[in-house]
Amino acid sequence: MYTQKIAITFENHKQNVQKMAKIEEIQDIVVQTRRDILRMVHKVNSGHPGGSLGCTEFLVTLYNELMDLNDGFDMDGIGEDLFFLSNGHISPVFYSVLARKGYFDVDELNTFRLIDSRLQGHPTTHEGLPGVRIASGSLGQGMSVAIGAAQAKKLNNDPKLVYSLHGDGELQEGQNWEAIMYASGKKVDNLIATIDLNGQQIDGSTDTVLPMGDLKAKFEAFDWEVLEIKEGNDVQAILNGMQEAKNKTGKGKPVCVLLHTVMGNGVDFMMHTHAWHGKAPSDEQLATALEQNAETLGDY
Amino acid sequence: MKKYVDQGKNDTRSGFGAGMTELGRTNPKVVALCADLIGSLKIQQFIDENPDRFFQIGIAEANMMGIAAGLTIGGKIPFTGTFANFSTGRVYDQIRQSIAYSGKNVKICASHAGITLGEDGATHQILEDIGLMKMLPGMVVINPCDYNQTKAATIAIADYEGPVYLRFGRPKVANFTPVDQKFEIGKAVMLNEGTDVTIVATGHLVWEALQAAEALETQGVSAEVINIHTIKPLDDEAILKSVKKTGCIVTTEEHNYLGGLGESISGLLATQHPTPQEFVATQDTFGESGTPAQLMEKYGLNNKAIEKAVLKVLKRK
Repeated sequence: MYTQKIAITFENHKQNVQKMAKIEEIQDIVVQTRRDILRMVHKVNSGHPGGSLGCTEFLVTLYNELMDLNDGFDMDGIGEDLFFLSNGHISPVFYSVLARKGYFDVDELNTFRLIDSRLQGHPTTHEGLPGVRIASGSLGQGMSVAIGAAQAKKLNNDPKLVYSLHGDGELQEGQNWEAIMYASGKKVDNLIATIDLNGQQIDGSTDTVLPMGDLKAKFEAFDWEVLEIKEGNDVQAILNGMQEAKNKTGKGKPVCVLLHTVMGNGVDFMMHTHAWHGKAPSDEQLATALEQNAETLGDY
Repeated sequence: MKKYVDQGKNDTRSGFGAGMTELGRTNPKVVALCADLIGSLKIQQFIDENPDRFFQIGIAEANMMGIAAGLTIGGKIPFTGTFANFSTGRVYDQIRQSIAYSGKNVKICASHAGITLGEDGATHQILEDIGLMKMLPGMVVINPCDYNQTKAATIAIADYEGPVYLRFGRPKVANFTPVDQKFEIGKAVMLNEGTDVTIVATGHLVWEALQAAEALETQGVSAEVINIHTIKPLDDEAILKSVKKTGCIVTTEEHNYLGGLGESISGLLATQHPTPQEFVATQDTFGESGTPAQLMEKYGLNNKAIEKAVLKVLKRK
């Protein structure tokens, strides 16, 4: 379905062919990542598939197309773009994307949430998993960390960017607003903070739990550059929107991307509901979900 | 007993400031963060000399801890500065997840610890911070005794890789540590060898312990005085060696007896060498407004209180 969209988007045939190949490659990783997520949470009967599936297109595109990454991993990440996952509960998608990118063996996805694993329920540096630079899970802390890393890059005259991802419900944590105020006040313009706007949190929709009003207006009032990606599960829309976001960096303001996503995207019975925020599928549900996402790169 | 001379009263926070000035000149990785308390933390000179390496965060301590964690990614050594209350209790989860659990090389530098910040009263007088910090896995907890030792500790922790809590205070207190004394993390300082009782002290109560030991000497009591500037990791060996000789111990600190140095030592002794112990510490209470001297008197934290505790513990041998 995504390749059909792309074919419509691009008129220049040559460019179209090239882009289609790239989009198809990304889409193959997306589908495989969905399978990884579903199988990981099913195996241990715990974890957070809903938000993971909702952010799969974004994270796969970020790591495989948008970010400028070094070969290999070290904690300081000098000379490469950095990513911080603030809403750590969507660890399944993070782990799958890292493994498929080569940070560690995909077979290690088998150990998710098991004793002695580097793939803890929420991401951590504590077990030395390559690709992870900060522990997250207790919400609301990632933006501050991303800002610190962005300011370290400035001190190091490192022109690369810092990306971060945050849940929309997570913005209810007050520390975010300290960080949002600081980032613009101190002109942290090498930061692109993306908000996963799926409108859902554990107890229901964000509007019923705690309405947050107009987030675009709020970020703008805090003097951020804000742009929206309305089709946050469309790889081409993500590519276009994030390229625009990159173009807005380095101009004195931090950049916020409001990424409209569908929780549980790619699995019909998991979509448009908060029910799958932190629930694993049964054997039958897994089979149905996998049928909807045929193997592309090979299961781990 | 060995004589110690006060080289002139000074505040330990100024020792921190002097240490930061030196680090600014010697270690380009060191950066400083402050939550709107530059004057209180005495870091103006560091800022004047290294404006690019200073981050004014504003009154937002949670954000400060997160930014400090982020600055380590890229090789910086961040020193955060605010009052002890806002360095610990206010931001416990930020420290726990983003610094301690994440294993980040952040130095949490806390001024105005304990009740002796004085007139501001209990909202600002934290007596629980040592306990909060020592319970975090991997966190080093340091509480130096005077200006010179605070300066030396500030410089020393920059060379240690990992999270550190450095605790100091507001009032001017006796400055008796030799200016050239090397600061070794986790290594107790033997101040006076004695045979009847071990007095273990931390922070500026080390000076009070020395005063108490002098008074006790006139009563025929030989007190061994040990400065435990590093509460975690604790110098088990120095403490055990001493109590095996003296047979009793008094621990003294400007902190709640729950969660403090005395508690750490009682845990050590209970498992290694059961020994009668008395605690000179606050007794599970909040503080209040007053002068530092008045508060130390009222809350039983001065040399007289230590002397009294020694006489009591001697009877329990």
